[in-house]
Amino acid sequence: MVTTYAITVPDEKKRERFERRRRSKNLRRRAVLPTTMLWVLALLMLFPLAWFLLSSFKPGSELFSYPLSFFPKEWTLGGYEAALERIDFARYFLNTAIVATVSTVLTVFLCATTGYALAKYKNPWLSVLGLFILSMTMLPGEVILNPMFIVIRDLGLYNQLAGVIIPSIVTPTGVFMFRQFFITIPDELMQAARIDGASEYGIFFRIMLPLARPIALTLAIMSFQWRWNDYIFPLIILGNPDQFTLQIALRALVGAENIEWTILLAASVLSMIPLVALYLVFQKYVTSSNINAGLKD
Amino acid sequence: MTATITPDASAPTAGAPGAPSLRRKRAFGRYRMAPFLFTVVTAALFALFFLWPGVLGLSYSLTDFRGWGDANFVGLDNYGKLLGDPDFYSALGRTFVFALFSVPLSYALSLGMAVAINAAHARGKTAARIIFFLPWLVSPIVTGVIWRWMFGESFGFVNFVIAMFGGGRVPWSSNADLSLLVVILASSWAGAAFNMLLFVAALNNVPKSYYEAAELDGANGWQRFRSITLPSIAPTSVLVILLSTLGHMKEFALVQSLNGGGPGTQNRLIVQYIYETGFKQSEIGYASAASMVLLVILMVIAIIQLRISRRSNNSW
Repeated sequence: MVTTYAITVPDEKKRERFERRRRSKNLRRRAVLPTTMLWVLALLMLFPLAWFLLSSFKPGSELFSYPLSFFPKEWTLGGYEAALERIDFARYFLNTAIVATVSTVLTVFLCATTGYALAKYKNPWLSVLGLFILSMTMLPGEVILNPMFIVIRDLGLYNQLAGVIIPSIVTPTGVFMFRQFFITIPDELMQAARIDGASEYGIFFRIMLPLARPIALTLAIMSFQWRWNDYIFPLIILGNPDQFTLQIALRALVGAENIEWTILLAASVLSMIPLVALYLVFQKYVTSSNINAGLKD
Repeated sequence: MTATITPDASAPTAGAPGAPSLRRKRAFGRYRMAPFLFTVVTAALFALFFLWPGVLGLSYSLTDFRGWGDANFVGLDNYGKLLGDPDFYSALGRTFVFALFSVPLSYALSLGMAVAINAAHARGKTAARIIFFLPWLVSPIVTGVIWRWMFGESFGFVNFVIAMFGGGRVPWSSNADLSLLVVILASSWAGAAFNMLLFVAALNNVPKSYYEAAELDGANGWQRFRSITLPSIAPTSVLVILLSTLGHMKEFALVQSLNGGGPGTQNRLIVQYIYETGFKQSEIGYASAASMVLLVILMVIAIIQLRISRRSNNSW
């Protein structure tokens, strides 16, 4: 016993080192398959975008001549110049930015107050409202396209950016994201604040809203993306080219008899720049957000 | 939720005089003004831009309203006409075919992405995550442009690759079925990131010990995925299938820029049909009837899937 013990000690050390080396080798080997799978998928997802982006830098002659090459043989900004000349980008950018920004601010604020009330107060009025908002998740706005148009026209909002902004403010996803978050905040926090003499509004604005900052940011980015990329409601509500948003303007290009691909590709790339920039800055609020909390209820 | 209403409604008969007001006070809680003010704007917007158009749509569907002038009540005529309208059937049928193929594809794609990004040993997950989310940023219109560009018949990348391997020119835009296939691929590509987010949240909730136990028992990766992962994320699967079915049934913008519902009107989906009858031909009454049919279909889908999910929840 004693001898074996004495012998195994140095052996153990050696084996441990060996084990560790083997384990790291093992780990590397185990990383190969998942990493390959991950990157094959990533490249598959990236390819259409990359092809589209690189094509936008090709001159018109290169776009349609076989054999195609992945990278442009001759880099040019000609498509972009032509697109800027053809389309009144400044105006469309401004219109889209107004719609997306204003509706995002209002969406975040109203979804926060509504979600908070649904989470922290109990009365019949709220129960009914909660059920109504839940029903909105099932029924998309597309099924009320025609009457929606009549309502907006009768309110005098036809052909105005406000007509695009106001109907899109309330989103069930946003309300439930906030509701789910505020449910996790203990009621004791409210009670303590009440004892200290805070009003209901003070509790919300000075305690609860700051706590909900991550949710507010996630919803803000999502809402900004929704409104920036909206198509069907701007299409029916904005009839005047001066009021068009980017998506409607792009649709005019792609719907033409003869599509001018150099202009269309460049214009499409340009239309995405603000969103991509915003996304790269705030991407962790989107990609790591726990969205199922908002949608499950 | 409804439980709070019932005692309030039965209060007048059951309680002594004076009790109703006390009961009502309790039903509304100590705080009345704040929750009202917090929700009143939302409620007003909801009523004005959801409830009211809904009621209006239902009533238009019973008239021959054309957007101006008087609306004459025509009863169920619009619905009767819809039953015999081949355009309506073809649009609805095409929408079902589209959803039937694109829902499984986007389910598989987003689940695959979620599993790949959640794998413990994979390298470069942050970069892959950012890439996976890029298509989410792309608007449906631009998605249509991107895929139309890739699948161009005489200049597209895909036909170029096929030609390189000796294949002929594939009619991606003049054959209706192939054209729909491109729409299916494009919509799955565009919608995958959001569903992936739901799956990642669900995968993180599966206890690690299950996998460790299965590994000790000698289960391989596929067996672990089939017998642990899939059952554990079943509720999320139902949610994703529900959301993407509803999303695909109302596809509009992507088709508009990818093929405009063409060739001809063969790939016209139901929302495009409603849009064209309602706005191009101004048949608001008729289009509203078609909307109501779509609404009922969507509700039936939602109810069936929620039923299934409730049953499966019980069994686990």
